[in-house]
Amino acid sequence: MDYTFQFGELLPYSDLIARGVLSTVILAIVTTVLGCLLGTLGAAARAGKQTFLSRAVGVYVELIRNTPFIVQLFFIFFGLPTIGIKLTAGEAGLLAMVINLAAYSTEIIRAGIESIPKGQLEAARTLGLSRTQTFTRVVLPPALEKIYPALTSQCIIVMLGSAVLSQISVEELTFAANFIQSRNFLSFEVYMVITVIYLLLAILMRQGFKLIHYFMFPNLRARS
Amino acid sequence: MSVFSDWDILRNLLLAARWTVVLSLIAFAGGATVGLLLTMMQVSGRTLLVRFTRLYIELFQGTPLLMQLFLVFFGLSLMGLEVSAWFAAALALTLFSSAYLTEIWRGCIESIPRGQWEASRCLGLSYFEIMRHIILPQALKVAIAPTVGFSVQIVKGTALASIIGFVELTKAGTMLNNATFEPFKVFGMVALLYFLLCYPLSVASRKLERKLNVAR
Repeated sequence: MDYTFQFGELLPYSDLIARGVLSTVILAIVTTVLGCLLGTLGAAARAGKQTFLSRAVGVYVELIRNTPFIVQLFFIFFGLPTIGIKLTAGEAGLLAMVINLAAYSTEIIRAGIESIPKGQLEAARTLGLSRTQTFTRVVLPPALEKIYPALTSQCIIVMLGSAVLSQISVEELTFAANFIQSRNFLSFEVYMVITVIYLLLAILMRQGFKLIHYFMFPNLRARS
Repeated sequence: MSVFSDWDILRNLLLAARWTVVLSLIAFAGGATVGLLLTMMQVSGRTLLVRFTRLYIELFQGTPLLMQLFLVFFGLSLMGLEVSAWFAAALALTLFSSAYLTEIWRGCIESIPRGQWEASRCLGLSYFEIMRHIILPQALKVAIAPTVGFSVQIVKGTALASIIGFVELTKAGTMLNNATFEPFKVFGMVALLYFLLCYPLSVASRKLERKLNVAR
């Protein structure tokens, strides 16, 4: 293999890459917040009695979990305008990511809720807590704590999945990579650098989640 | 210019779905083979081997599958190999799934209580005898449900092969969309076909999990 790597050729494009990183980070943060919130609501709906709502959420979760993200993205970006819902590429991408993460986090958080012993619910009810109070104060905190690692991994997977958004011309990190390699044809160098950036983002995100965990579950600190 | 009826669209999608299935099977077989090797390295206890597999898993789980596809696709041609989208997709998906399968299987093997290792050692069994007769038969049972569950991820992962130009279900969908301008219908059908491929696997994984839990 006689090939000289020309990583230096990428330097003029550092601005573009930086902007790509920024969009990917913003997408990841917004998706994580909205996705986890919706997931909590979805899990609350799923955990209750078998109502129409809980069934509907169940169907939604199964539909999203059993189809590829890129197809969901194309459906939202290309398909929805034909029924009158027009979205920019960025909006469509964000919507697809939130919908995707919400489905997975619904399932993950539901598993956490189901792991809470029934006795705790009964005790809370006996103490006179309302249904909402029971859910937000007794059930949810330990449930979230239990599934925290799984939720972290899923959020990171969705962040990495955002690479696909370049396919509908959202200007994120992979889009920057595609653009640069179309200019200087150094495809391997470009994708190598971008891959390393994604790896760093994933590591950073994991550390960020650890930090949030530290502040979110203070009672854990006391124990350990 | 020919006009596409609904049946034409569905027929073409079904024909392309074959390649999704074939690619999934190849990726799963390849991923399982490499994954098995890596799992063996991971549980061997040799520091160097364990570190290598840790790094391997970290790399493949910490980067987008799309980037892995691009790197394999462009990297191999850089080395002077003529690669088809077919081969690049199969290789990238193999590497990707092997990382996840290794992680799953390591967990399964480690779920077997340490005491069994010690007991087997006391009975004078060698490492391979312990693996073959004591650990693997039990770990295999634990591994079935999550492995079937992960196969759903592989099927969905093959959709990304469309980006490097491999004509499978998703690529056929975009091509048909370009010809018919009916994205709602076309991508709806594509999603439905993926669902039909993946949902049975998801259900099977859940059923197996429940069944094997009761048995224990």
